[in-house]
Amino acid sequence: MGIEPGRIHFSWVSSAESTKFVDVVKKVTSEVKALGPNKRFVKKKAKVA
Amino acid sequence: MIGYIDKIKEISKGLLEEKKVDMIIGFRKGTVPMINEPCVAKTSADVDNFVWDSSCGINLANYLTGRKEKIGIIAKGCDSRNIVNHIIENKINREQLTIIGVPCKGMVDRSKVKALVSSDIEEVIEKEDTMVISGADFEKTVKTSDVISKNCTICMHRNPVIFDELVAEEVDEQKDVNRYEDIDKIEAMDSGEKWNYFEDMFKSCIRCYACRNACPLCYCPTCFVDESKPQWVGKSQDPIDIWTFHFLRAYHCAGRCTDCGACVRACPMDIDVRLLTKKLEKDCFEMFNWEAGLSIDKRPPLDVFNADDPDGFIK
Repeated sequence: MGIEPGRIHFSWVSSAESTKFVDVVKKVTSEVKALGPNKRFVKKKAKVA
Repeated sequence: MIGYIDKIKEISKGLLEEKKVDMIIGFRKGTVPMINEPCVAKTSADVDNFVWDSSCGINLANYLTGRKEKIGIIAKGCDSRNIVNHIIENKINREQLTIIGVPCKGMVDRSKVKALVSSDIEEVIEKEDTMVISGADFEKTVKTSDVISKNCTICMHRNPVIFDELVAEEVDEQKDVNRYEDIDKIEAMDSGEKWNYFEDMFKSCIRCYACRNACPLCYCPTCFVDESKPQWVGKSQDPIDIWTFHFLRAYHCAGRCTDCGACVRACPMDIDVRLLTKKLEKDCFEMFNWEAGLSIDKRPPLDVFNADDPDGFIK
């Protein structure tokens, strides 16, 4: 639908896989940071006077 | 296809007179050209109102949800597949139904016909393979097969998959059609192009929910868009609210959509909402070798787990 690849990640991590969890979080955050702030699928808030 | 009507009436009257069914769901002539409307016949006299031509695009399975009576229903290929869905999803029992199958050659796309003429169409008279369209200052004959809906041109199941009576000999199924041409085009776009494409596609949506109301799959007592506690989606004309409605509705149809085209036919703004459900239909076909509504003995892919289900997206 037009969301950049790399902004959405799916992973299966067991509660016993702490190192995998850390790796996944690092990978996700670095890839999303590289893409910058999300501008798509963001609803603008209504202006209140 | 117009020749079917005598047989439809004969079977319908027989079923009602023998009291095998309490009512028959069919079509009667609509108030505007090219949209015949659903009609419930409870007596043989009612059956005389029935019509059959290429303007019977509405999916009649939509009127079966939760019914308790014994029902006769007239079913094209797609209607029959949605009846199968309804049986699988416990919305109706097979024993309640007498399905009058109608081999279909495709239903007309009003927009295509309207595009051929410059003023309002007042009357359409269908002949065997042609349609005579007329208005205040014109009369034009078109070949019916040139103006059938997009989903009908790529239909692979024109004959009913489940029926008790058949009104005519089965028609030849289409072969060598590229069902997913439109979807392949969108898949080839990069994310920016896709964003712009959908932005353009949905900008005319007025959120009338006609697509949802015409869809036989959308039978939830309260649709997620109508919920207020919690409110899943905003009720405004904000593009993001519009997108959320369309994308989520499409996901609710995953593995269930038969590509009957009811949503597109119902849309007053001519939005091709089918493109979303078609993508999911393609995914189900490619990943699970699944086509919805073909058998009442098989469970849909989102209903069952297999160890070899594709999971490449999970890292």
